[in-house]
Amino acid sequence: MLRYPRYLRLLGVQFRASAAMAMQYRIEFLVEGALALFWIAWALIPLMVVFGRRPSLAGWTFDEALVVMGWFTLMRGVLEGAVNPSLQSVVDHIRKGTLDFILLKPADAQFLVSTARFEPWRIIDVAGSLAIFGVAFHRMGRVPQPGHVLAALALLVCATMVMYSLWILVVSAAFYVVKIDNLSFLFSSIFDAARWPSSVFRGAWRLVFTVVIPLAIMTTYPALALLGRLDLLTAAETLLGALAFAVLARLVWIRAIGRYTSASS
Amino acid sequence: MLRTLRTVPTLLRVGFASAVAYRAEFLVWLLSTNMPLVMLALWSAVARDAPVGRFGQRDFVAYYLATLVVRLLTGAWVIWELNMEIRQGLLAFRLLRPVHPLLTYACENIAAVPLRIVVSLPVTIGLLIWAGDGRITHDPLLLALFPLMVLGGWLITFLAMSVVGSLAFYIESAGSLFEIWMGLFGVFSGYLVPLELFPHWVGALARALPFRYMLAFPVETLIGLQGRDRALLELGIQWGFVLVLFALARSVWRVGLRRFSAYGG
Repeated sequence: MLRYPRYLRLLGVQFRASAAMAMQYRIEFLVEGALALFWIAWALIPLMVVFGRRPSLAGWTFDEALVVMGWFTLMRGVLEGAVNPSLQSVVDHIRKGTLDFILLKPADAQFLVSTARFEPWRIIDVAGSLAIFGVAFHRMGRVPQPGHVLAALALLVCATMVMYSLWILVVSAAFYVVKIDNLSFLFSSIFDAARWPSSVFRGAWRLVFTVVIPLAIMTTYPALALLGRLDLLTAAETLLGALAFAVLARLVWIRAIGRYTSASS
Repeated sequence: MLRTLRTVPTLLRVGFASAVAYRAEFLVWLLSTNMPLVMLALWSAVARDAPVGRFGQRDFVAYYLATLVVRLLTGAWVIWELNMEIRQGLLAFRLLRPVHPLLTYACENIAAVPLRIVVSLPVTIGLLIWAGDGRITHDPLLLALFPLMVLGGWLITFLAMSVVGSLAFYIESAGSLFEIWMGLFGVFSGYLVPLELFPHWVGALARALPFRYMLAFPVETLIGLQGRDRALLELGIQWGFVLVLFALARSVWRVGLRRFSAYGG
């Protein structure tokens, strides 16, 4: 139990290092920021076209679907700001054999590699998602209740955990197949479907999006919680599912890292 | 000139061999082209009760399966290669060869087409079965010209990628620039939503931009959404874009190359 403050301090150090790095590229901040705003606005277009044709879709009105879009924007910010960059760097380490230097350090390797890099600029996505929530609730003419906000925040933690675990699973694959750049691309492309409420999908897609890659946990359930429509049972299931995913990811990581052969051997 | 042409078969053979060698990567890339299927599921849900515009459920099946086929056949990746090779100075190796680098890139990209045809065959068969035979155009001339339309679409994709990729000679963030291009492509090519379903002015604007001729034009012609006169006119516009982009790609390349100095080489 004594070690946890130490890990918190390490997290702070890693974060400061990333922030210092990002501060060096201020022009890039402007470019990336403008791009992020462009994407947030652009992502709304298909939504507006669909709901321009129908008042509601699979039980979702435009305003409610907008809340899902807000969560999508937020989770994409988490994905590209906190999860993607560090795991991209671990893939590089594995390919070049420089993971040795990390394994030698006296701290948990999974912790070190998954906090290696943050992109602080992605805070723009968070701001964008808050703006979307604001617009959606303003249009509905109400304010989310504090209890619902708390539930939504708890589910946000679950969603982040599931996303992170999926990423650890993907990275573990890098110990077996060398080129993995495409896998991250594949993950982003599948995550793109999370902008739609999960009940829209039926048949094979529903199976894929709830069991194989639980997109519903990442955007639809938090949105339901914020709207106050999530029942307790689903919330409990989500929590258990997220925990199970995290344990699975940890076990797979431990097995996979056993397969690591450094550059020279 | 003749000597250059003689190298093409060899370049194609080399490209094909490497496409076969990286089968796993190819498969992953393939799976990440899942957007048309997701959008198909979505629009099927919208059109379950009543058709949208002149699109019924089966029209959406035809549209998005045709989109998938055209997208699989016209994909190119030269931008990423160019970007990386210019930055890391690897381009120097290509410049040593007595063949224009853009030609070698083109051959590498084209060499993957046989594999892509193999993959898009099942999709095509599905298209024929599910969408019903009435939804493929009966015009023999248009069917005969279809490969030419796909080739035109591929050339626009490849040449535009070459132009943006060559900008890496000047600027750091050619990759971000291409992201904007992809965003515009998603909307104005009919990749996400059939152009007909947008407000009228979007469709009109799309006719003046190159994106429509990369995807929507062959797709709409194949599934009989537009008649012969219109299709022939657009074929002319498409190849006009090909010529303009060809000239642009050559000149940007020639001017940009002067700034290239292979670092460390």
